[in-house]
Amino acid sequence: MLGIHQIYGRRRVQLNIILPLLCRYYYASRTDNMLSTNVKTLRKTRNTPSRPVTVARLYSSNKHNSKVPKVPTWEPLGEDRIPSLPQVSSDLVDKLERLALVDFRTKEGLVCLERAIRFADHLNMVDTTGVEPMDSVLEHGQLFLRGDTVTEGDCAEKLLPLSNTTVEEYFVAPPETFHFQGGRTESVHVKHSEF
Amino acid sequence: VQPGKPSATSPRHWKSSDTSPTSPTRLVGVVGLEIHAQIQSNTKLFSGSKVGFSAPPNSLVSFFDASLPGTLPVLNRRCVEAAVMTALALNCTINKKSFFDRKHYFYADLPAGYQITQQRRAVAVDGQLAYSLLGGRKRNQIQSRTVRIKQIQLEQDSGKSLHDDQRSQTLIDLNRAGVGLMELVMEPDMSCGEQAAAAVRELQLVLQALGTCQGNMSEGQLRVDANVSVHRPGEELGVRTEVKNINSARFLSRAIDYEIQRQIEALGRGEAVLNETRTYDSKSGHTIPMRDKEGLQDYRFMPEPNLPPLVVYEDRGSVPAGLLGAEGVVVLEGLREGLPELPSVKRARLVRSYGLLPEHSFTLVNEDGLMEYFEAVVKETRKEPRKLIGWVTNELLGHLKHHNLSVSKCPVSPSALAELLELQEAGHISSTVAKQVLGEMWRDPGRRAPEVVREQDLGLVCDSSDLQRVCQRVLDSHPDLVRALQEGNKKVLNRLMGLVQKETKGRADPVLVRSLLEEKTS
Repeated sequence: MLGIHQIYGRRRVQLNIILPLLCRYYYASRTDNMLSTNVKTLRKTRNTPSRPVTVARLYSSNKHNSKVPKVPTWEPLGEDRIPSLPQVSSDLVDKLERLALVDFRTKEGLVCLERAIRFADHLNMVDTTGVEPMDSVLEHGQLFLRGDTVTEGDCAEKLLPLSNTTVEEYFVAPPETFHFQGGRTESVHVKHSEF
Repeated sequence: VQPGKPSATSPRHWKSSDTSPTSPTRLVGVVGLEIHAQIQSNTKLFSGSKVGFSAPPNSLVSFFDASLPGTLPVLNRRCVEAAVMTALALNCTINKKSFFDRKHYFYADLPAGYQITQQRRAVAVDGQLAYSLLGGRKRNQIQSRTVRIKQIQLEQDSGKSLHDDQRSQTLIDLNRAGVGLMELVMEPDMSCGEQAAAAVRELQLVLQALGTCQGNMSEGQLRVDANVSVHRPGEELGVRTEVKNINSARFLSRAIDYEIQRQIEALGRGEAVLNETRTYDSKSGHTIPMRDKEGLQDYRFMPEPNLPPLVVYEDRGSVPAGLLGAEGVVVLEGLREGLPELPSVKRARLVRSYGLLPEHSFTLVNEDGLMEYFEAVVKETRKEPRKLIGWVTNELLGHLKHHNLSVSKCPVSPSALAELLELQEAGHISSTVAKQVLGEMWRDPGRRAPEVVREQDLGLVCDSSDLQRVCQRVLDSHPDLVRALQEGNKKVLNRLMGLVQKETKGRADPVLVRSLLEEKTS
């Protein structure tokens, strides 16, 4: 995206055309009266070293137009509108403990789990018809492909001190962590977990 | 079906019991393969550290490979090209846009706690691999088969863990962590170990021809897991087990056949086949269950947030302006044109240019370096390739196999063999003698054929009078045989010839001997 300062380097004749377009690009979601306010603001900064956008103008005579609503625009959902929670079985707790490597089989732990599930259930109330799920904000970006030359590595002396125990330049993992996950086979001797 | 544990040492024995006429209730095996091929590249899939073997432990590890916080993956273009080339060679449809995902599980040699893979949409789908089996009693009938490739995806390799049972600890070496892998998932189109081994062998040849993977199973560059189940044809598929820890094509064949037999016998006893993972023990030839009961693994797949979708462009025209000229673009057109000669094309070319039989070209392409050897010999001799091929695929290869050598270590050079065969072609020595001389040359590399022939006086005896005398002598000393021949027993002639050859130490020209004997006894 071009910054305003790059536009300023071009011929002035074009500014009147480009600025409104840029403003529309930056503030596409705003309404038109806000747009006119912002265009005025930008024109004032023409001769000063620019930054793309500033919201509050300390010495401006225009009123600061904050976009944050003054009162909440949402209503809390009543508990009854959320679908009822299925019981968390003991097997499920087992599985979760194994996946997360966290012990939470205490009373407080289970209550916390139920509350967390309840909290996440709020998402079920959002209407997502016709909306494509998003992976990340970068998903329309260009994936950079690196050339196949060696640029890193050979830093064992920096990596090994990070571990508590090392044996002759190998990292050491205690066998209790080897409860069998992930279907690994190259390690032939498999120890049973203590979980 | 025999009771008790199946013997792992004689797969042919089981097959022979299967030649009974197909009854509708006979169980057959269903085999699908999952193959991980280590991409041959200078650096790893998402980092710039070197890919190498036998390096000091943890010396080829970057901060990203050690999953230190703050590091990000940067995709290696060569790995994408390797996956795309492999997909093109296997007739796959390339997904122009594919996504990366995280597969979570805890294991000490997976420092990040997740593996970056492609679960939602892989880089290529829907291909096929054509392979051939040498069947028939003399193993000279080619059966062509195909297996469908479900998808090819890019993923990271994990590190290596070495178990020190004595001190009850596990040592982790992350040199291999992050190396690029191509996972090829095949549909269950095979039904026995022999087919699986042949398919894997063909895949090895394809990957080696492309240069995308060296395909060495024993070094872990090509890892094969087999999914085996049994069912009655026409019915739905049975419960499958996954067999792992297979280090060669031969073990693959044996492991699959063992597992099929084990499942058939278990069902015959009324037991159910469990959906489990089993490891293959090469010493006993058995598969052994691996896991303690854990239920299905939940990998919690999620999109990889640090990597946008991977886009592959059809041709330079479809690349958006601004990207063109940049290094970081993969264009299919260029890769398609640059594909090297695949094994199937090679075989067809050999059959066409040298007039060979398909099974000969199959053997030539199958053995590393044998085709080059053969072509070198053809260049240096007047002998017809069709006559030459037997020497290369039977005699030479036989010696190589017997001494467990590869073609590159062959003590007899192509020109030496060509020289020997020239002698035989010109009629100076018989083929029996030629085989003998080859043995001599093998034992004593550097000695050339004419030398050996001269020293041991192995030249063909063509002198008519000499031969006449020998023949007469033999005939005179075996009157009973002469009588039998005259009475019409033609086989006796061979015996007489054998006797003559013995007299002349194998140096008699067989054609001449035969005609002389026939003449004298008519």
